[in-house]
Amino acid sequence: MSIRVRVPTPLRNVTGGLADLEATAPTVLACFGELETQFPGFSDRVLEENGEVRRFVNVFVNGEDIRFLDGLNTALKSGDELSIVPAMAGG
Amino acid sequence: MGYTQGLVCRECGAKYDLAPLHVCEACFGPLEVSYDYDAIRASISREEIERGPQTVWRYRKLLPVEDEPIVDLQTGCTPLIRADNLGRELGLRNLYIKNDTVNPTFSFKDRPVTVAATRARAFGFSTIACASTGNLAAAVAAHAAKANMRCVVFIPDNLEPSKIVNIAVYGPTVVGIRGGYDDVNRLCAEIADRYGWAFVNINLRPYYAEGSKTLAFEVAEQLGWRAPDAVVVPTASGALFTRIARGFQELADVGLISRATPRMGLAQAAGCSPIVSAYEADSLTIRPVKPSTIAKSLAIGNPADGYYCLKTIKETNGFAGSVSDEEIVDGMRLLARTEGIFAETAGGVSIGVLKKAALAGQLDPDETVVVYVTGNGLKTPEAVAEHARITLTINANMQEFESSMSEHSLLEPVPA
Repeated sequence: MSIRVRVPTPLRNVTGGLADLEATAPTVLACFGELETQFPGFSDRVLEENGEVRRFVNVFVNGEDIRFLDGLNTALKSGDELSIVPAMAGG
Repeated sequence: MGYTQGLVCRECGAKYDLAPLHVCEACFGPLEVSYDYDAIRASISREEIERGPQTVWRYRKLLPVEDEPIVDLQTGCTPLIRADNLGRELGLRNLYIKNDTVNPTFSFKDRPVTVAATRARAFGFSTIACASTGNLAAAVAAHAAKANMRCVVFIPDNLEPSKIVNIAVYGPTVVGIRGGYDDVNRLCAEIADRYGWAFVNINLRPYYAEGSKTLAFEVAEQLGWRAPDAVVVPTASGALFTRIARGFQELADVGLISRATPRMGLAQAAGCSPIVSAYEADSLTIRPVKPSTIAKSLAIGNPADGYYCLKTIKETNGFAGSVSDEEIVDGMRLLARTEGIFAETAGGVSIGVLKKAALAGQLDPDETVVVYVTGNGLKTPEAVAEHARITLTINANMQEFESSMSEHSLLEPVPA
């Protein structure tokens, strides 16, 4: 078992077109780091230079916005689902 | 022929063709429709608009469509009512209400949806969909019926009973999601990314949002081609608020009015006020909240356009305020009692924040103020039900009538 990462269309040009990835890192931030080694450029697309999540990106763990959890330090475990979703939706 | 040039990223300026796309691939910023304003300015006129249909489509040159047939339920050209009774209570001598409760599906959402449904059909979609707090789903389902399109709408499963009836009657597939709107929205964003449906407020968002500009166009035309001094707008995601501001700006840009944007007043329910909180903290960063308010149509805790709302408030020297559930109900009753307009809970939010702004001196007594009332009271009757009952019940008997009326001091003699 591992963590499933759901990748939105705008990011798939760095994941070789893949919409679903797998990771094993223990936190959200570490997960982005793990994916960066597999897909160079991944982290830059999701995080600002200051290390925060980009203004127009929302990150969810099992459907909950990480801003209601521990942010980028939110813990991950096997079986979790991490979704990266463009913020400019709805309304 | 239309006047659209393409899509452009509001943040980084990257350009895209007119397609069902809403997010910039480079920076995740929002894509917006760009227009050839020089060509519009050269061809548009007040007279041409005034000869047009009594619908939002009289402003077609400023909407993102080409030559395709319109999906049209005759939306728009709703009344702008001079509100002298309400104005007297609030100390405002030039107060107007934009009564958008009387659109085909009884909320302003028909405006963005007539544009989005028209584009959806032109793009070749056969299924139209949305994430909704209720009003949008009704508008989408009705336009789908008219356009002979399949329709799937996603709503929180705890919506008001009247709202569900107002959606389901048009025959869509109604998917209730356990959770709030933000859960609905997150799921729909993921669905829209993987399946070929036209989600009006996700992949068609650049077109959809443009329809709300007509709430500025109509007000300016109804005031005799001028912008008001200040407006109050009920706000959830912020798409309506930012597009009303842009609508006034565009009219100035194409030469139809002389002065541009009014002071933009943003109204939220206190139980879901992430934009007001950021405004009060003088921040441009929205902290999402878990909504808890009777104004369910405004219960969006993670507002997509929140950042741009905050910028618009700053740019227009505007203001923002919030009201409690009790103040929302009071606002609904005040509006009904003074102006004869029965608005849904979001209308109570508008009136409540208008009242606060007037009492706080944020509105000058003589300036022209327009308050937007965007949804019909029959969508949320339970909010005022305990205050709206039979006054008294009697037998069909004259004596009983006279004695009970005397108690209420209501009897008047026949005029001589």
